[in-house]
Amino acid sequence: MSLATTLDMRPGEGADVVLRGATVLDPVAGIEGVHDVVVRGGEIAELATPGAELDGIEQIDAEGLHAFPAFFDPHVHLRTPGQEHKEDIETGSRSAAAGGYCGIVAMANTEPPVGTPADVEALREAAREGASVPVGFLATVTRGMEGEELTEMGAIRAAGALGFSDDGLPIRSARVLRRALQYQRLCGGTIALHEEDPELSGDGVMHEGPVSAALGLAGIPAVSESTMIARDAALALYEGGRIHVQHLSARESVEAVGAARAAGVQISCEASPHHLCLSDESVRSLDPRRHKMNPPLRSEDDRAALIEGLRDGTIDCVATDHAPHAAEEKEVPFEQAAMGVTGLETAFAALHTELVLPGTLDLALLIERMAGGAAPFEIERPSLAPGSEANIALCDLGAEWTVGEEGYESRSQNSWCAGRKLTGRVLITLAGGQVAYRLRSFSLGVAA
Amino acid sequence: MRHLLAIDDLRREEIEAILDRAESFAEVGRRDIKKVPTLRGRTVVSLFYESSTRTSASFELAAKRLSADLVSLKAAGSSVDKGESLKDTCATLSAYDPAAIVIRHPYAGAAQLVAGWSEAAVVNAGDGKHEHPSQALLDLFTLRRRLDGLDGAKIWIVGDVLHSRVARSNLIAFQAMGAEVTVCGPPALIPRGIEQLGCAVSHSLDGLSEADVVYALRLQQERMKESFVPSLREYATHFQIDSRRLGPRQLLMHPGPVNRGVELSGEVIDSPQSLMTEQVASGLVVRMAILYELLAAGPERPLGASGEHEQGPTPIGQPA
Repeated sequence: MSLATTLDMRPGEGADVVLRGATVLDPVAGIEGVHDVVVRGGEIAELATPGAELDGIEQIDAEGLHAFPAFFDPHVHLRTPGQEHKEDIETGSRSAAAGGYCGIVAMANTEPPVGTPADVEALREAAREGASVPVGFLATVTRGMEGEELTEMGAIRAAGALGFSDDGLPIRSARVLRRALQYQRLCGGTIALHEEDPELSGDGVMHEGPVSAALGLAGIPAVSESTMIARDAALALYEGGRIHVQHLSARESVEAVGAARAAGVQISCEASPHHLCLSDESVRSLDPRRHKMNPPLRSEDDRAALIEGLRDGTIDCVATDHAPHAAEEKEVPFEQAAMGVTGLETAFAALHTELVLPGTLDLALLIERMAGGAAPFEIERPSLAPGSEANIALCDLGAEWTVGEEGYESRSQNSWCAGRKLTGRVLITLAGGQVAYRLRSFSLGVAA
Repeated sequence: MRHLLAIDDLRREEIEAILDRAESFAEVGRRDIKKVPTLRGRTVVSLFYESSTRTSASFELAAKRLSADLVSLKAAGSSVDKGESLKDTCATLSAYDPAAIVIRHPYAGAAQLVAGWSEAAVVNAGDGKHEHPSQALLDLFTLRRRLDGLDGAKIWIVGDVLHSRVARSNLIAFQAMGAEVTVCGPPALIPRGIEQLGCAVSHSLDGLSEADVVYALRLQQERMKESFVPSLREYATHFQIDSRRLGPRQLLMHPGPVNRGVELSGEVIDSPQSLMTEQVASGLVVRMAILYELLAAGPERPLGASGEHEQGPTPIGQPA
């Protein structure tokens, strides 16, 4: 099985390249050591002893650089159709490639939402025309994301949707979610859930706590998320369904997922780099471009719980919730600004800088979680084992860079990392067997 | 001082310098000709995205008393009505080269944004439920004339703290001047975690007798609809300041406009303990002082830099 065929991307030549003397780390495949990573025809041909003679193949000096299995993001917004001024499949997938990703899952809250088999087919076709990395698509659970009637889940699955989500909005009605879980038995497909009780969130724009009290901003309490997780986990258990909880933000939510899993619920979940690196203290800047999103940045204690959850496996994976917005939607007072930040290009570097370098998180564990989002959507995770499709992120863990200084691959600039100095940078990404990205400033030595 | 965006940005010395300056303008106000030429030839823009009576009137009169040219814009009837963004409005106004922009906006951080987009000195005349620094300064000015100082004074802020920018600015300002503040109201109207700003929290008026100053907040009628309080009557039963609850040595303040019979009973509003009329009068001189400090104080007298302020009223020019 390969990502290039399971998901959709622009067809191209399989890469022929050798990463000379790379420090290879694939904790899942149990690979750790210095190798020449030989890629032929888009496949990892072998992990050779450094220095072997190899002709007719591009040589990349990777000494001192790290080769990881490329990352998989189960939660991005590509804004197509309808909001191409923010992002489209081409720019969004390029942004993913620049972040070291070899696969992304696009959410369905477009304009109009992805809700029919034809919608899914059109997007898949567009990805085959313009996606730099393999892309999977979700469709909405309910028609028009109105939370009332189910989409034609069976036909949509047959058209190739990976699963379903009304992301951006919770499914208010327990009855509707229950019906979707019943229907899931027929058609399969993971149901990914944006967990939030709109009654509790009200007109909140940030985490409810001392910072919202100081700023006079309406708060979104942590229980808005955790109570819905508990409700939906109970429904999934009752119906034998499988759910994926999106963007966990609060300690109570980590506990709710842990309790659900212990009770036997088929549940997986994700956390975003911004929730793992920032707390609501950042909102004191009143800068919505970097610090306004839903769920909101929560307390330092919540952040600690997310890190612990990522470490102990309660949280399966990192997901960026890459949410591009145009400048004019963010250059307004905090309460009026659109929710969401971009994250694909900075996810690994930010987590490496904020969590790995200070010793909070083990590098191998981060690498594992960066691709942990494949399994919840029944996709085989990228591997560096010989014989695998080439999905490789070549990184310089010592490179320092300032986010945004050289612009973005994304069409939007609302990176939560804008202006931050990060350590660790993706130099080359191989995705679906193709070279999907090369950092412009990274010079390549090509054999004669 | 480049802008006045939040009380939170000011040190005690800076606050005191503004209050001292206001004192000298109070002296000007007792002259026959109340106008001074300080800001002649300079433009002050007053940009109000929310309705306001006292704040807009007093800022505009303050600018005129300082001889500034005034451009007064209300959201209704301007291009804002036609969907112009705050940033674009700022760019348009910048063409008039304003020395100061006084802005009231329904959302937090608006004044801060304008400060980033404009060369002008920006005065926050209220941003959402965030801050209302000129109100806090005029309240301090009013109190300073009645009390020897706020060090150790006990001040209770009573009512809808959650929706009040006045509560937030005053809480910070009162504490900056050494007062001990208690916020009091029904739990749904006290923001969770506010005690981390250093105040005490009470959900009952039982301890009110300790207060030297009672600062009541407006309760908006629509709060009932969102179940913040079951009814105005229920609210008044628990939290209305009336002559039974207000002791004879306690001072009463309110930012206005008052809902008579809700947060305050009629008799305390009209009692000699009420400083409400003085608050309005203070508004003018304090706002003159704010504009003066921002536009005329000049680098030779950086505000609060020495940690000292001048003795007595400053002579302020000749009548215009």
